[in-house]
Order: sequence, then C-alpha cells, then structure tokens
Amino acid sequence: MQLTLWTYEGPPHVGAMRVATAMEGVHYVLHAPQGDTYADLLFTMIERLPKRPPVTYTTFQARDLGGDTAELFKTAARDAYARYQPKAMLVGASCTAELIQDDPDGLAKALALPVPVVALELPSYQRKEHWGASETFYQLVRAMLADAPRTAYTGRAAAARPRCNLLGATALGFRHRDDVRELRTLLGQLGVDIHVVAPLGATPDDLKRLPEADFNVLMYPETGGLAASWLTRQFGMPATRTIPIGAKATREFVAEVAALAGLDADAALAAADSRSPWYARSVDSTYLTDKRVFVFGDATHAIAAARVASEEFGFQVVGLGSYAREFARELREAAKRYGVEPLITDDYLEVEAKVAELQPELVLGTQMERHIAKRLGIPCAVISAPVHVQDFPARYSPQMGFEGANVLFDTWVHPLMMGLEEHLIGMFRGDFEFHEDAAPSHLGHGQPAPRPAAVAADEAAAVEQRVVAQTAATAAAVAEVQATGGAEGATPAAIWVAAWAQDAEKELAKIPFFVRGKARRNTERYAQERGIAPITLETLYDAKAHFGR
Amino acid sequence: MSPVIPIRAEIGCADAPVLRERGQREVFCGLTGIIWLHRKIQDAFFLVVGSRTCAHLIQSAAGVMIFAEPRFATAIIDERDLAGLADANAELDRVVTRLLERRPEIKLLFLVGSCPSEVIKLDLSRAAARLSQSFSPGVRILNYSGSGIETTFTQGEDACLASLVPALPAAAPDAAPSLMVVGALADVVEDQFARLFGELDLGPVHFFPPRQAGALPPVGPGTRFLLAQPFLGDTARALEARGAQRLAAPFPLGVEGTTAWLQAAASAWGITPERFEQVTAPKRERARRALARHAAELAGKRLFFFPDSQLELPLARFMARELGAALVEVGTPYLHRQHLAEELALLPSGTVLSEGQDVERQLDRCRAARPDIVVCGLGLANPLEAEGLTTKWAIELVFTPIHGYDQAADLAELFTRPLRRRMKLVA
Repeated sequence: MQLTLWTYEGPPHVGAMRVATAMEGVHYVLHAPQGDTYADLLFTMIERLPKRPPVTYTTFQARDLGGDTAELFKTAARDAYARYQPKAMLVGASCTAELIQDDPDGLAKALALPVPVVALELPSYQRKEHWGASETFYQLVRAMLADAPRTAYTGRAAAARPRCNLLGATALGFRHRDDVRELRTLLGQLGVDIHVVAPLGATPDDLKRLPEADFNVLMYPETGGLAASWLTRQFGMPATRTIPIGAKATREFVAEVAALAGLDADAALAAADSRSPWYARSVDSTYLTDKRVFVFGDATHAIAAARVASEEFGFQVVGLGSYAREFARELREAAKRYGVEPLITDDYLEVEAKVAELQPELVLGTQMERHIAKRLGIPCAVISAPVHVQDFPARYSPQMGFEGANVLFDTWVHPLMMGLEEHLIGMFRGDFEFHEDAAPSHLGHGQPAPRPAAVAADEAAAVEQRVVAQTAATAAAVAEVQATGGAEGATPAAIWVAAWAQDAEKELAKIPFFVRGKARRNTERYAQERGIAPITLETLYDAKAHFGR
Repeated sequence: MSPVIPIRAEIGCADAPVLRERGQREVFCGLTGIIWLHRKIQDAFFLVVGSRTCAHLIQSAAGVMIFAEPRFATAIIDERDLAGLADANAELDRVVTRLLERRPEIKLLFLVGSCPSEVIKLDLSRAAARLSQSFSPGVRILNYSGSGIETTFTQGEDACLASLVPALPAAAPDAAPSLMVVGALADVVEDQFARLFGELDLGPVHFFPPRQAGALPPVGPGTRFLLAQPFLGDTARALEARGAQRLAAPFPLGVEGTTAWLQAAASAWGITPERFEQVTAPKRERARRALARHAAELAGKRLFFFPDSQLELPLARFMARELGAALVEVGTPYLHRQHLAEELALLPSGTVLSEGQDVERQLDRCRAARPDIVVCGLGLANPLEAEGLTTKWAIELVFTPIHGYDQAADLAELFTRPLRRRMKLVA
C-alpha cells in the first residue's frame, strides 16, 4: 500500500481512454462500477472536448457480483456496438473489474462482432496512465496490421516526396494538438509529407496504412514508444529519436529527419526562423544568467526542458526529476549532464520537500509543481502533464518546433518578469508619487490643464523605462550576486538567532522578494561564521562581496 | 405581485409512476463526498483504501488542488496487497501509523472503503476497531464505504454520518427534548438556521455533522431531528435506532420548503402560529423579493434533470412552484419514498420521474425534448452545450450554499445565469 495525496498519473485504463478519445471510429467498452465515469470529465471539462469520450461503462453494482456481471458486460458491448457502429472496439476492465475476472476478451469474442475487437490487459495494480496509453496504442496498431506482410514498404515512386507518420499524440496530452500542427508545417517545409498522425485524429483504417510511410516521427515516447519500436521490428521502419523541444533540438530533429528522408537539411535550417535564440542573446536577457531552475515532469518534457533551460536560456539546472519510472534510465543520464541528483518519484510530498530544500528561482513542472511553487512563492511555468484546464489555451501554443521554442521563451521568462515587476511595485509603494492614495500618474498630479495625452504618455513611458532599467540593474545586481553563492548551504543545526540592525534590514527589503530569502540566509551564514552581531549594512555588503567572488 | 400558489386538493406525485432504468450511470461514487465532508469536520481525516482510480477520482472531482496537504488521502492497494490479506492488514496499519504520526492534529480518522477493498473483502470495520485500540483516546477511528458498487455520490455522506451515529454520546435520560439538524450544510447556512431557531425560542439545537470531532451532539429518545438533505436514509435509520424521532418535512430549499421545514420543528415544540409568523414573515418576504427577478426569467422554462445528488426532487419542486418552471423529466439516482413523501406531494401532478439511469436512453429523451435547461454532471455538460442545449452542472448545486431563505435567490440564480449567458452570446 502506498499513501498518496495527489497522483501524477491516473490508472492505465485512463491511458486507454486517451487513445480511444483521440481516435475516430473506436469505441471502448470498459467493465467498471459506477463512479469510474468520472474519467469523462477529464476530457469534457479539462480538455473542453465538445463530445463525450467514446466509452461505455458496464456499471456493475454490489448486488450484481453474486450474479451475472459477465452478462452485463455482453449486453453493454452489444448495445454499444449497435449504437455507435465503431470500426474497431477496445474492451477491458478497470481496477475493480480486474478483480472479478470476467474475461472481457472471451466475452467479446463470444459476441462475434463484425469489427476487430482488441482486448486490453492493463494491470491496474502495477501500471499507470502513460503505460496504459502506450500499450493500448501498440495493441491497436498490432491488431490492425495483423494481416499485413512483414516487409519494409517499397511502394513509393522515386520522384514522390518522402513521407512519415507522427506517433504518440493523444487526447488530454500537454499541447499535443498544437505540436502536431507545428511539426506538420515544419516537415512540410522540409519536403516531407505527413502520412498518418496517430492516435490523434486517426481511424482504425489509418493504422493499417502506417507501414506505407518511410519512417516514423516518435513525438512522445511515453505514449507512442511501444508502437514505434514494434513498427521498427516488424516493418523495418526507422523512428526519430530527437524530441524537437527547443531551438537546438529542433535543428537536430530537422537534420535527423533529413537524413532519414534522404533530403538536404541545410536549406531548411538556413530558412529556420525562431526568435527564441535571439531573445535569449539580447541584452535584457542578461538577468536570466544562472537562474536556478528546478525541472520536473514526464521524462520527455523534463529532459527537454532541462536542456533548453541550460543551453538555450543560460539557466542553472539545480534539480531534475520525473514521475515516469519507465524512463528512469534516460532521466538519470540527463541528470548527470547537470551534475544533479535525479529525483524519480511519484510522491508529491517528496517533490515538494525537494523544491523547498533547493529554493530555486524558477520551477518548470506539472500542475502539481505549480501548486508547490505557489505555496513557496516561487515563479513557475507548466511544461508537462498532468495538466489542468488552463493548459489547453485557446491560442496556438506548441512546445515543439521553432514556434514551440518561442512559446518556451515567453512562458518561462514571463513568470520571472512578473516577479521583478512585483518587486518594483513593492519598492515604490512608499514613494511620494506612487503611494496607494496617489491618483494614477497618467491622470496628472492635479495640474489644472492636462497636457496632450500622447505627450504625457510618452514622458511617463520614458521615465518608467529609466526607472525600471536603473532599479532592475541595482537591485537585481545586489540580489543576483548574493543568490549565486552558497547554494550548497544547509544551515548548521546549532541555534543561532541573527540580529539585524535596522538599516541593514531596510536594505534587505530592497532586494527582490524572490531572492531575498537567499540573500538573508547567505548574509546570516556569513555573520554567524564570523560571529558578527548585529548584522549591519556593512555586513550585508561584505557578505555580498564574499559570496559574489 | 407575487405568484399565488393555488391550493389544490390533488396529491401531487405521491402515487406517480416512476421510470426505473438500468444501464450506464453517469454519476460519481460515494467517495466524492469526502470533498465537502473534510471541509466540514475540520479535524477529521479521510483515508480511502482503494486503487489509483480512487485517488484520481477525488482529485479530478475536486477540480483543483488547493490544499497542498489535504485532510484526505488514498492508501493505494498494489499487487502485493492482493496476494495476501494478512499482509494487506499489516500494510494498512503501517500506513495509518505513518499518517497519524505525521498529522498529530487529526482527532477523527475515517477508513473509507472503495470498490476494490469491498471486492477483496478487506474488513475495514475490524481494521478500524484494531487501530482504535492503538490510538485511543487521542484519535477515534471509524469506517464506512464510499464504493461505487454500493453508493452513488451523496450517499457517501449518508454512509459517513451513519458510521458516526454509534459514536454520538447518549443524551441524559431526563434531558429536555432537543433538535438535531442532520446533513452537512455550509457554515453560513448553519448559522442562519441557528439564529432562526433562537428567534423561535426553539432548542437546544445541534448540528450533525459537527465542525469539530470533539463536539458530537448527544442523541436519545428526547431527540427530534430534521433532515437538511434528502439523501440520508441510513443515517436517519441509525438515529431512529437510538431513539431519535424524525420530523417529517419537505427540504429547506426555497421559501416554501424552508418555511415548511421550520414549521415541522415549530409544531413539535409547540411554538404558536403567531410567533412563527412573526419570526419568519420578514425573512420570507425578503426572500420572495429576491426571487421575483429570477421568476420572470424562469417562468415557463422547461427543465430536465439528470440523476446526480438526490437533491433533484426538492430542486424540481422549488423550480416549479416558486419560479414557474415546467418539468420535463426529473431523474434521481435513488428515490426514498418515505423521506420524500412531502416533496412528492408538492410536485406538480403528471411530472415524469425516473430513478436509476441508462444514460444513452436518457440522452435520447433529453435531445428529443429539447429542454431550456438541462441539469447534468460534468461529463455531459459540455457535449450537450455543443449540441445547443443549455446546461447547469449538478455538482455546483451540491457545493454551493443553497439551503434556507437567504440562499433561495442564489439557488435560482444558478439556473438563470446559464440562460442569460446563452442569450448574451447568441445576441
């Protein structure tokens, strides 16, 4: 038994639902008690899908257990087929039905339905959602290709454009819909046609056509990995290994695809247009240097995010982890690159404790880490499932490709900017012109004749810019320098109460709140080690100089 | 001018036929009740003994994870627990011990049974007894089942409260009659009712469940109880077994329901009609004024209730009689004829009632009827909106304070807002 407050992943049959819901013409008959229908709301409320997931729940009750739950299953399957006329059916059991062992496979076979029926064995007491999705997709692909000849496809005419499949996108995925659109455009520009996208938007017949492509693009190993490697084994179809998240990885992805497709990548790479690398190089991004970032999510997104954070934005990765045990090996390798201890756990409390201990300046995580960060007052951006309703934005917002890299820049840097702005607001709260009771500055300060609005606005903007630039430079400089030092420090257990002189305390308050804690701790440690009391203005700057070396 | 409700000699829906259906049910299981119960009893912890699905259900139904370390959790059964029940019991003891060490402020722990724990016959009552010995007197440990094979949504609260009844202290044999209000209510509503009973000089009044585990109300032959919620069949039976008497009444939704509910207690306490009138008339008047605006928008609107919380009948009665809405179908997961007798009598004759669910067939009926408002669960709401129907999430009717005079207009607004929204967006 595992004590769980929040879970990163649902049970494996929810993974199966993500595949069924993503596809067209598939219906899933799930042997399950009432209550398991809660899973519908994941799709209709969180993803805002305008249709019900194609799932029939048999809804057995306690009084059925002594009787004929098997008959209940058969009736439900028969009725579901008659009503929805799917091109393929999935049948399986949820956690409770797994215990009563009704054999949905045998029961469905006995119905002799005129469409392929795929029986799913998803062990609820061992496995979780992503595995369930991957297994379901793999079983569906296998079933639809059961009669296909086991040879590499060679039917493409020499003059035809190369083509590939996009594998792994599901319902309820983090930005899957937008990633598919982004890759479609990117590959199109490169000269590669998209043959089948699956599971998202695919029909069972589309799955039969998978081997007609030259290679597969494996977008999400968590959900598409099993199917992709089976297609490699059975049909000799190569699959891409690079996950195109971030500008660098996207360029490598383009090169990898070009090699698989026999195309020249140089032209496409030369034409590649991404603002993100330039934005990261522009001088106002200097303050991003060595921002301490904690990364947690599914393995694919976490590993990719750590790389972008480190190599493209110049952050310092201080923690990297994933709840996906299936991909622990990959994650450990990635963690080595940043010299951090990999955190592989699905225990929310453990992740929270780690974040609290590391005191990062930015958290890149899931919905869970968003809550952790909020509690600890740390800026945060969501990079991975599990997701919530705001992770399905109305606007186009991919993670992959060059546009995805732009989205990463905006969504990761924005929370940091917000932190700085909040600091500035706090700093000016006591100012003679910006105090709470002051009229808004753009309305003028009681001058009898308001100047033309445009002039006033221009002036205000100019003043504001100067102020922001100066304060950002000075305040951030103090804070940054102090924050960089002493990251390793856990305070010794000995009880030592820091006494702060009033002027030093005042000065401390001028440091942005999101690094103030660190500055305070560093200064106190410095004072403690040297037996200085009280901490004066001089101690504060001595500590700054010490840790800034 | 407020609409006059004609007094008819007929008996409403008391003997009306009920369409009983069996099929896929689009409802939550009883575990969902934990979401409001743990907020109500502020030093109680709810430990679900179940599967990953149970944990996922509760966090999904709760919508957002506001509480970083909430007062509920799931002990997720894994395959080792399935291999041997002796080990499962040992595991459960280990989990509970770890939990209580971590959360010393917890005074009341519920072990909540689930579908898997019921099917593998993990005896949580014995576990609760065993663990109680180890942790008494600091922590009381009880158990109930919120499993989907036995309970539907709000029945979880019924099971929880019923498990708490044996723990209630016995009232002194010579104690004066006392009133117990049964069913979790929002604190603000509870306070309003307490003030009303005070003004009526009626008391002592206890609320069950209490806000603190240490404040369990006494029960005995002198106890008269009013159900504040229509889904408390087992709790009522358990209270009756301890000598308490139920005061039959409609439920306190809307002006009419609240008045009749208060009247039931006032009659039992022998409060004079003049006094009752004096206390309640200004409140009724204020509530009616607030309702009038909504009546204009809802009069003649056709309503379709999918089964969800068992609140459907009282809600339908309120909507029909105080706001002039027409009832197309009123579905309920379970119809407790005895507790709902007063409600049935007040429902307009000929109302189509359904119990249980075959969601596909019910959707067919709903689509064919094209009602103005559909009251349904979260799984159905957006798909029906996409088909052009206007919906109200049933779960909001459970989470929002809707009982009593001062909430009557809030309750009506839960129905008018989706209508108004649709009109604005269409215009």
